Amino acid sequence: MMTVNETITLEDQIAKIAALIPQGYRLVTMTSVDCGEHFDIYYHFDRNYELHNLKLELPKGTALPSISSVCPCAFVIENEMQDLFGITISGMELDFCKHFILNEDAPEKPFCRVPGVAVSTVEVKGEQK
Amino acid sequence: MSTIVPFGPQHPVLPEPIQLRLALDDERIVSVLPVVGYVHRGLEKLAEQKDFVQDSYLVERVCGICSFMHSMSYCMGIEEMMEITVPERANYLRVVWAELHRIHSHLLALGLLADAFGFENLFMQLWRTRERIMDAMEYTTGGRVMLNACCIGGVRRDINDEQKAFVLNQLKEAEAELKRLIPVMTDDYSVKKRLVGIGILDKAAAYAAGAVGPTARGSGHAMDHRTTGYIAYKNLDFEPVVETSCDSYARTLVRCREVYQSIDLVRQALDKMPDTEIKVAYKGKPCGEVAIRCEQPRGEVLYYLKGNGTDHLDRMRVRTPTFANIPALMTMLNGSQLADVGMIVLSVDPCISCTER
Amino acid sequence: MTKATAKSPWVVHVNCNSCNGCDIEFLACLTPMYDAERFGVVHIGSPKHADIMVVTGSVNHRNARVLRNLYEQMPGPKVVVAMGICPATGGIFADCYNVLGGVDKVIPVDVYVPGCPPRPEAMLDGILEGAAILAQKQQNTPTVKPVMKLKIVKPAPAPAPAEAPAAAGATGEQAVAK
Repeated sequence: MMTVNETITLEDQIAKIAALIPQGYRLVTMTSVDCGEHFDIYYHFDRNYELHNLKLELPKGTALPSISSVCPCAFVIENEMQDLFGITISGMELDFCKHFILNEDAPEKPFCRVPGVAVSTVEVKGEQK
Repeated sequence: MSTIVPFGPQHPVLPEPIQLRLALDDERIVSVLPVVGYVHRGLEKLAEQKDFVQDSYLVERVCGICSFMHSMSYCMGIEEMMEITVPERANYLRVVWAELHRIHSHLLALGLLADAFGFENLFMQLWRTRERIMDAMEYTTGGRVMLNACCIGGVRRDINDEQKAFVLNQLKEAEAELKRLIPVMTDDYSVKKRLVGIGILDKAAAYAAGAVGPTARGSGHAMDHRTTGYIAYKNLDFEPVVETSCDSYARTLVRCREVYQSIDLVRQALDKMPDTEIKVAYKGKPCGEVAIRCEQPRGEVLYYLKGNGTDHLDRMRVRTPTFANIPALMTMLNGSQLADVGMIVLSVDPCISCTER
Repeated sequence: MTKATAKSPWVVHVNCNSCNGCDIEFLACLTPMYDAERFGVVHIGSPKHADIMVVTGSVNHRNARVLRNLYEQMPGPKVVVAMGICPATGGIFADCYNVLGGVDKVIPVDVYVPGCPPRPEAMLDGILEGAAILAQKQQNTPTVKPVMKLKIVKPAPAPAPAEAPAAAGATGEQAVAK
């Protein structure tokens, strides 16, 4: 089972993560989960094969500050998250403007759930040729 | 004033589509912009729509090269969530197939690298040896690429004595062939000319960029998730392969040495395999959150699974090794020559279908 | 010419949206065990040199344009072989949000080779089937006859044996004089 080592908030997010890097932690990845009213954002860090997980609850419609100033390698993960969940991530060093992995004519934020539907459906934009 | 040169998505050295927009100052690269999405399907979303048993077949299609490892990581995650104890023999069988996959993946990567620098003979020879491993996998599971051998609670097929003898024989033949081929890869003048000192990724930069697998091990990090001893690795004897010269040559050397290591691991696993069941029955539905990591041919993979007590998972997230190696690749490419781009890209063993899922 | 192309089709491999399974099996076809080269199949990097296009994987929103572009760059007559179930229907990924479906939504397909992935033997069959279609297409294509006339060049008569040492001596003297 995954243990959440720390719960962080939008205010202390950058400071908490910036404090981990000098201790020898490596950013493994970030995960976002659509929980209806909010997104759960997990930051998975690794040191000596031990996972250190940080959790952040992000209300929908709120922008998430980017951590690419402290972890430059986070930009790929953040761009992907921005595409798939439609979360606006502010202050990214390299911003693909929601078209990193999805094309302009692809469905937008496909991973977001429709409220009240267990398995969400995605509307395909544009006509299929 | 720099020139932008697009590298890909269709390029002779790339078996898969990815575009690198290279900003050049004369022949020197000043910055790189990766453009991905040519292979994005949306597999993570599809995993939520299919039930958790079907997902174990679906995740094999994350990547056709490390297919068994993906289904193994996924099954390990579900087993941890549902508290299923896998029989010992199944753990050893998983090691056998996982290591056979590592051998075939490394030979494939080395062959493609040889093809990219114009050594077609070496490419053909390495792939001929790789067919021995493919035959071993086919003889034991029935599939060459998609093994479908791993299932929740164990493995689907057993290896009998005849199959064991066949696998051991194939490994013996393959090892004898590799003893002739690998020295060409490591000592040949022209190969060294193309690889030594190309695509430098120093130790600190590798860690900061979050590099994993042979890319990190070629830069001096003894980072191998198998040392944590998941499945049966705790009972097997091996040391992570580390090289310290931090260039494309080091990453190639790591793969060359890991092929021998994997051959040894398969032998050990076949030798120590206890005689127990290969599969346990389970009840219930997965519930809870789990994050599990395994060592794939290209590095560490992370599976985050969230179950909600129904047939369908709430979320499945796959962080594949190549995805983690993109920032490292960008660091390597900065400051290198345009003619070396092909070598550098292939030295991290890119797998774009993993990257984008 | 018609005969020759069908006996040695040049193949370009396009990976659209594939999981790599079919790609590596297609590459394995070209290597010594299955050896497609015994049928004259040559794998090349550029679509401009190709007669047959082998497509693996389905089409998504981003690569549809790339695929069409590559197809248009191929000189005619051309044949498309869809390798695997994904380029035929979308396969296991047919329900994905980013998958438009089979390759035939974008370009015409001549041969379908089903399987996930197909066995290399099936792939070889598919390519050869493609080569047969290529030969047919070529026969149906009106060809412009080359303007240049070919004439049979006879081999130059061998120098008479008696003159040979003299000629050698002459060139030797010239070399010394120079």
